[in-house]
Amino acid sequence: MSAVAIEGVWKFYGDFPALQNISFNVDGGRCLALLGRNGAGKTTLLRMLAGLSKAAKGSITVLGGDARAEKTRQRIGVLGHGIGIYEELSALENLRLFASLYGIQNPRQAAMEWLERTGLDRVSDGLVREFSRGMRQRLAVARAFLHNPALLLLDEPFTALDDRAIAVLQGLLKSALAEGRTIIMSTHQLREALELATDVALINRGKLAFRGDRSAEMLEDPGWLYRHYGEA
Amino acid sequence: MTFLRQALAIAGKDLRSEIRSKETVNASLSFALVILMLFSFAFDPSSDQVREIAGGLLWLVYAFAGTLILNRSFARELVNDCLDALISSPASGAQIFFGKCLANYLLLMVVECVSFPVFIIFYNARWPARWALLFLVMLLGTWGITVIGTLFSAMTVNLRLRELMLPTLVYPMLIPALMGAISLSTLLIAGEPLSADDTIWFKLLAGFDVIFTMLSLALVEIVLVG
Repeated sequence: MSAVAIEGVWKFYGDFPALQNISFNVDGGRCLALLGRNGAGKTTLLRMLAGLSKAAKGSITVLGGDARAEKTRQRIGVLGHGIGIYEELSALENLRLFASLYGIQNPRQAAMEWLERTGLDRVSDGLVREFSRGMRQRLAVARAFLHNPALLLLDEPFTALDDRAIAVLQGLLKSALAEGRTIIMSTHQLREALELATDVALINRGKLAFRGDRSAEMLEDPGWLYRHYGEA
Repeated sequence: MTFLRQALAIAGKDLRSEIRSKETVNASLSFALVILMLFSFAFDPSSDQVREIAGGLLWLVYAFAGTLILNRSFARELVNDCLDALISSPASGAQIFFGKCLANYLLLMVVECVSFPVFIIFYNARWPARWALLFLVMLLGTWGITVIGTLFSAMTVNLRLRELMLPTLVYPMLIPALMGAISLSTLLIAGEPLSADDTIWFKLLAGFDVIFTMLSLALVEIVLVG
């Protein structure tokens, strides 16, 4: 069954068509690497999947329902361009807030568990405004994973992470895949993304240029896809 | 219950952030006190004329100071794209709005409660005998300012000139509520009796609050997501 079904989706910013007639499905338990140059439309598409913006034309079905339905949002974890973390709150307070919003039974316990898993348990009471960029990104990852979502929408998740943090995130994503969760991630870090991905979609100036399984040649040569299907 | 729990979580977050940063309460309170002081230079505090316009003075100060708090309500969510994180959570637009209303209401009431005694001192007024009624007027009038201001704060959050746009949009909408609050406050501060005709202002204030609260709760999802 498709976790995400996108059918003939268009999105305009003024007169500019940011997305043009995009259609594809992502089956449950798969990891899709959403690739494309800057301004291709990856973030726009992810925002629509997260229910943050609406398509001008076409339809989007997420986990069998509308992206804005409360039940759907309950099962989606979103990590956008911005980290979605409050500067004036501590790491623990941030996660407890979102745990409450997601209706988790014991917000403190869930928050502490994810602070440990992302290596932030020692600074749980530290204010986010005092965190380094990498620590903030790890906290944002914890926020996205906090409620064990069935679908993870990740926009540039490896940004600002050091090697160790990238390894932690890759481990979390592998575990999520092993548990049958679906992942859609946009990134420019092709090697890290393609190592995880089972599927690949390439967007080129708002149009779907390629959609298929990740092949062995993509893994060997991450630039291969851009050379064959991307703009010159 | 879920509605209230999530709204309270958002209100608690806003209040905690404000207590730590003090960015809006300090600005709003300072502004209110400075305006009260400047008006006291402009008018003779002992004159009858001042007593006649006391309610107007007070509510203008509250409305001006209020927009400083309301302007930051949704704007503070822009840092780190926190608004996106809230909107993509299961909390509905109405819950986010109501939570923010509760936090703004409390902050504005704090500013009003601190600046009212200062008003009494600067304008040589007596502490109103029917202070409980005046407090009720403050509760009702402030909720009106808060609801309208929070909704327009959400509407203008992505505008570059939001600091200008918010008061421009909010003040005309607030005219009925301000009229009621000003009339009642003037009478209560002057110690004059309230006639049966005056009680209509209470009904107007309560009606304004109920209608605009319902309207805002219904419209805010469209405002936030489109």
